[in-house]
Amino acid sequence: MSTVNTQHAAPTGLWRARLRLASQSLRESWQLFARTRIGIIGLTIIGLYALLALAHPILMNTVWEPRTYDPVVGYAFDETQQPAPPSLKHLLGTDPLGRDILSQLMFSARSEFLLGLLAATVTVVIGTAVGAIAAYFGGWVDTLLMRLADIMIMMPAISVLIVLSALIGVEHFELALIIGILSGFGATGVVLKSQALSVVVKPYIDAARAAGGGHFHIILIHIVPNLLPLSFLYMMFTVTSAIFSEAVLSFLGLLDVRMSWGLMIHTTESAGYLLQVTDFWWLIFPASLSITLLCSAFYLVGRSLDEVVNPRLRSR
Amino acid sequence: MAKYLLKRSAQILVTLFVFLTLVFFIVNAQPGDVSNFYALNPDVPPETRERLQDLFGVNEPLWKQYLVHIRNTFTGNFGVSFSHYPRSVADVIMERLPRTVVLFMTATALSFYLGFALGKVLAWRRGGWFEYTSTVGGVTLYTVFTPWFGLMMIWLFAFKAGWLPIGKFLDPVLWREAPIDANTVFNQMILTAFVVSIVVFAVFVITGQRRMGNARITRIASIVLASLAVVGVWFSSGTAVYAWDIVRHMVLPVVTLTLISFAGTMLLTRNSMLETMREDFVMAARAKGLTERAVRDKHVARNALLPVVTSFIFSLAFAVDGGVITESIFSWPGMGQTLVSATLTEDLPLAVGAFVFVGIFVLVAHLVADILYAYLDPRIRY
Repeated sequence: MSTVNTQHAAPTGLWRARLRLASQSLRESWQLFARTRIGIIGLTIIGLYALLALAHPILMNTVWEPRTYDPVVGYAFDETQQPAPPSLKHLLGTDPLGRDILSQLMFSARSEFLLGLLAATVTVVIGTAVGAIAAYFGGWVDTLLMRLADIMIMMPAISVLIVLSALIGVEHFELALIIGILSGFGATGVVLKSQALSVVVKPYIDAARAAGGGHFHIILIHIVPNLLPLSFLYMMFTVTSAIFSEAVLSFLGLLDVRMSWGLMIHTTESAGYLLQVTDFWWLIFPASLSITLLCSAFYLVGRSLDEVVNPRLRSR
Repeated sequence: MAKYLLKRSAQILVTLFVFLTLVFFIVNAQPGDVSNFYALNPDVPPETRERLQDLFGVNEPLWKQYLVHIRNTFTGNFGVSFSHYPRSVADVIMERLPRTVVLFMTATALSFYLGFALGKVLAWRRGGWFEYTSTVGGVTLYTVFTPWFGLMMIWLFAFKAGWLPIGKFLDPVLWREAPIDANTVFNQMILTAFVVSIVVFAVFVITGQRRMGNARITRIASIVLASLAVVGVWFSSGTAVYAWDIVRHMVLPVVTLTLISFAGTMLLTRNSMLETMREDFVMAARAKGLTERAVRDKHVARNALLPVVTSFIFSLAFAVDGGVITESIFSWPGMGQTLVSATLTEDLPLAVGAFVFVGIFVLVAHLVADILYAYLDPRIRY
């Protein structure tokens, strides 16, 4: 009985120790992160928008009648004139097509988050794989991947997106994929490779190899976890650029999306309300400010994560 | 050094080919061919359509089409734009490219100057309200949604105050009677700016080398004299009104671009200064009893300049790309706006032509950046 127990206790004890170490390092990182203050501001803004995004389906199912409040096909029958100024029923007014601005804003917040998350995930998965493989194998694999990275870095990203949107229908999913590929094989991959280079020379990699670990095993278990903090940092910057690109492209009317913040400004522009800033402020400010705020929120979080991840910058 | 440059040029050339191949396959993956896009256009007679099919070689096998595509790129033969029919794509691009380059060169130079000057002060005075306001303000401007910011600038300075024109490159009412066309005036303006900057730069170099006591006076005098000469020459030629009109249209986009991009340089300069400040030679300079200002400007800032210059050159490379947004907002007829409007009107030859041009521009700028970098930083040995 007791021997069985000890045999079982060893792995669980190991896991417990690992968990404790992980939570300890997490707590330390959090303290570093919280000290920068800009990161907290960023997190607060992100949290607010996440709440807006989550509240939308709930509101649509309870208080808001879909016929009036649907962000794409709704029409505010209770208003005599469109666009209607903010009122109790429509807190941010309606757009030139009679749709509720607040509902559009909240609906778009969700797709912005999904877009950012997808783009960031694609970037980081590709970037980490490229970085780890290039650093681990070296030689011609490294050369090939880094030349590819050169090409990706030199690609004029916005122009590429514009031309692609003309040739293939670009929606959120395609946009996230393109941004992820450009950044993952490009700049993010290069940065992660330089980090991976400092990992592959560590003695434990040699030890793992001597113990008979396969290439795949070593890359996945020993190299990739050491790249994760840095990749997390780059996720933040990718989210910023993804949201920004989406806003610009849909503002120019180049994306096939149903609703987004950029599209809201595009609607305002095509209806001719763009320069009536004071008279029709609710057509311009909510969407523009949301883009600006969410972009800078992720940027700020990225900056302060940089101070956590990058010991060179710590507490000057 | 020569070996490095050769290697780098070869790499860039390979990259260019990969880029062109990508463009070719993206375009080729479309249903139909380029001439199909002209099929519904009543302006295009059937003979022209056949000529286009010949030009793009659409009836040939794929590998031959590819060779034709590469050849067309290198001979600048992108076909005929159909939103500007019957002008050729190369013609449209040649008209638009200088406008973009001038706008963004001016804005990038200004924003780097401003960013460097502010970053210098920022690194010196750590803490306090100055650092706080300029960092927060700078980062806010840096991450602001560019179209919105441009819009607010237009609204404030052009729409409400009426000081500046709302957009576009020139005022058509003024130019209707003009004896001279806009491109000629614009090219003369570029030439003037080029000559003046060379003269002023020469004066700066000479006064810097001679270590004259009144270098500052000579420099200011040279700038004033050069500006007076410019004004004199332009007024005597009688086209000054038209040139002034273009300048007035340039002000708002340039100011907007400067404001949104200076923060990057500012923070970069600050970080670079903070690193340089720890070096021993700074302590030596202080020990010599130099003023703080002299230590900051002549010892720290000079050495902190390198990463800033590099980022300056690289941002020039991407100026054409980022210009898409600003140009559309201000209706500035440059490469970016051409690309967007060509895309929106499905003018495929022009879109591809503009895209290839932007790509080539970026690649060449990268090569120039590499050369300059290798030249500027003697620590880099290849």
